[in-house]
Amino acid sequence: MAIKTEAIGKEWPATTYEVGKEKIGEYARVVGLDSPVHFDREAAKAAGYRDVVAPPMFCVVYSAPALGPAMFDDEVGMNFAAMVHGGQEFEWGEPACTGDEITTTSKCLEIFEKDGKGFYVFETRSVNQNGDEVVKGTWTNIVRGV
Amino acid sequence: MAELNVGDQIAELRMTPDKYLPHRYAGASGDFNPIHIDPEFAKAVGLPNTILHGLFMMGLVARASTEVAGGDPGALKRLSVQFRGMGAPETEIVVTGTVKSVEGDRAVIDTVAAQGDNQTIRNAEAEVQA
Repeated sequence: MAIKTEAIGKEWPATTYEVGKEKIGEYARVVGLDSPVHFDREAAKAAGYRDVVAPPMFCVVYSAPALGPAMFDDEVGMNFAAMVHGGQEFEWGEPACTGDEITTTSKCLEIFEKDGKGFYVFETRSVNQNGDEVVKGTWTNIVRGV
Repeated sequence: MAELNVGDQIAELRMTPDKYLPHRYAGASGDFNPIHIDPEFAKAVGLPNTILHGLFMMGLVARASTEVAGGDPGALKRLSVQFRGMGAPETEIVVTGTVKSVEGDRAVIDTVAAQGDNQTIRNAEAEVQA
């Protein structure tokens, strides 16, 4: 069966996320980060940040919601039962700080078949309230037996 | 950033996620996929038990990578990983890395996250700026 590819290039509506200080702290604790820049406003400012700063991988918290509609889109047609998260890349720009309003858009970059597996590649771009890009994500999902 | 040279090993990161860590990561990240938190569901879809979130392990790789810049979160400019083996709770994760290239104030570090012989993340490439 040929894999459906008509969703390549499709974009989905943006989502907006306001970064909160305690949410940054919650994330930081789970991954074992204890630097005061993730918990304390004065420490973050002393280190040159606008406010309490998020760890880089906190980007999943504010960017993943934009990917939801893409993943569940019938035009994409991924078989979730056979899907694994195969690869991930993030490129960071301006740091995400408490109070930032981050808007994320998502797009389907590629769908292709290789060795009997379907590869579904999505891109998210997250921009803060000043128009600065905070992170660009490339998400690769692999579906077995397409 | 301490002087980095090609071939240098970064400081090893070791962490043993406890039984409830996937629940806390689910809450922190918003990813409540039941394969990470519900053993019955995980077994019903053919997994040995609940598995760790891949993005949690990527978070550990990010943490190990920023340590070379004194833990400054702004130092990590890019991180690319491939998820391979599945990670299990209550098993020690070891993140290791080797400096692959250095150009000006940026270094590229090859990293691996493993539980014993099971490499859960490999071909990870972190770009760190001083």
